[in-house]
Amino acid sequence: TADIISTVEFNHSGELLATGDKGGRVVIFQQEQENKSQSHSRGEYNVYSTFQSHEPEFDYLKSLEIEEKINKIRWLPQKNAAQFLLSTNDKTIKLWKISERDKRPEGYNLKEEDGRYRDPTTVTTLRVPVFRPMDLMVEASPRRIFANAHTYHINSISINSDYETYLSADDLRINLWHLEITDRSFNIVDIKPANMEELTEVITAAEFHPNSCNTFVYSSSKGTIRLCDMRASALCDRHSKLFEEPEDPSNRSFFSEIISSISDVKFSHSGRYMMTRDYLSVKIWDLNMENRPVETYQVHEYLRSKLCSLYENDCIFDKFECCWNGSDSIVMTGSYNNFFRMFDRNTKRDITLEASRENNKPRTVLKPRKVCASGKRKKDEISVDSLDFNKKILHTAWHPKENIIAVATTNNLYIFQDKTN
Amino acid sequence: QEKETVTPERAEEVKLKAKYPNLGQKPGGSDFLMKRLQKGQKYFDSGDYNMAKAKMKNKQLPSAGPDKNLVTGDHIPTPQDLPQRKSSLVTSKLAG
Repeated sequence: TADIISTVEFNHSGELLATGDKGGRVVIFQQEQENKSQSHSRGEYNVYSTFQSHEPEFDYLKSLEIEEKINKIRWLPQKNAAQFLLSTNDKTIKLWKISERDKRPEGYNLKEEDGRYRDPTTVTTLRVPVFRPMDLMVEASPRRIFANAHTYHINSISINSDYETYLSADDLRINLWHLEITDRSFNIVDIKPANMEELTEVITAAEFHPNSCNTFVYSSSKGTIRLCDMRASALCDRHSKLFEEPEDPSNRSFFSEIISSISDVKFSHSGRYMMTRDYLSVKIWDLNMENRPVETYQVHEYLRSKLCSLYENDCIFDKFECCWNGSDSIVMTGSYNNFFRMFDRNTKRDITLEASRENNKPRTVLKPRKVCASGKRKKDEISVDSLDFNKKILHTAWHPKENIIAVATTNNLYIFQDKTN
Repeated sequence: QEKETVTPERAEEVKLKAKYPNLGQKPGGSDFLMKRLQKGQKYFDSGDYNMAKAKMKNKQLPSAGPDKNLVTGDHIPTPQDLPQRKSSLVTSKLAG
């Protein structure tokens, strides 16, 4: 169970793909260099580095067990030969440096090659140590540990476009950090009520704007998104914009608030739009329009008539993520039964695909799937009652430049690319 | 003749309330949120732990046997051995 993937993220070039799991490990995959003779086939992803990012902890003072599960990974843009990423569990964020070593010094005067010290009396000549090539070694080392700033559980981290600061969000607070400074952070959002019994809403996700370093958004369990401008005040408790779709009061039910809870928010690469994921749909918002989304896509509307059992088995609380493709023309999100969905914003076409080994042979084109909501089930369709709700795809990622996607099922990572020829 | 249509969501709500008549009145509300905030709460007596550790220093340490409920006295409790204690503050979502 420690292998359960909990986060997936491409780096800025798309060459590296990082996954975090429930056991606190990070596994990084690297895309192979393109083979010149096979110019139509993009490189495969192979394991590049594996390291233990977080360990389980126990906070004795609060009697709190702290899971080592990696909630989020975010890459820094590459500045030099090394790669840097932030990984976080519920309480602590760490900055990791991943560097390559392909040469080692040899020919020391005072040491043998295995490190043992030589008897100085046996040294009769001097030589200059030289670097000799060695098998590539990829090393990961923790460079900064950002701890003790969150009372509640961290759900998001987001690196600012200034590449110097980043935010971390828990259920009730958002903090701003400087990447170089670990002993303090600024609190920029605090929605904790004075009386906890008045608690009605928590923060579910937060992200910095891709271009404006003063702007960030955070989503809530009530289905709202608040955009904040850090230039307005030090504590951004008052939003600059509030995005909320008005609800039809006649449609309200016990489930309304639960299914409106936003599980993920992502800005488009352009910065003009943002996408939110709630239990049944994906919505695209124009930052200039607060009163309703500009596009809404139904992920699995057939589940609306199953909410009772989904509440009983807790699936209604599943937190699905969503992502944009590099050109912001397609959005993708996961569903149940190892299905994932893509919506083309231009053609308005959508597709359902399945990530499973049984049904797909490698290098074959994925067959579109269809769920039959009611009535007569056609051949090749699957009925709602046959869906496996334990097979959920919560985490997906899209390569920043190419049509390569990473889809995480419970224990496996699938990498798909579009047909090229 | 007018036909009253019930939305699928409302129909599901009726189903749920029929199964669990004592379900809390506040929809969604703070019960779920409090449970979310309480995640990870696990009680552990450091006094017991350290006393047992000191006593055991010269003897072989007995590891947690099959009876995980025995966590005091000579047996050294560890956080992993403790059954997850549900906070008494948080009501089950199915309770009233």
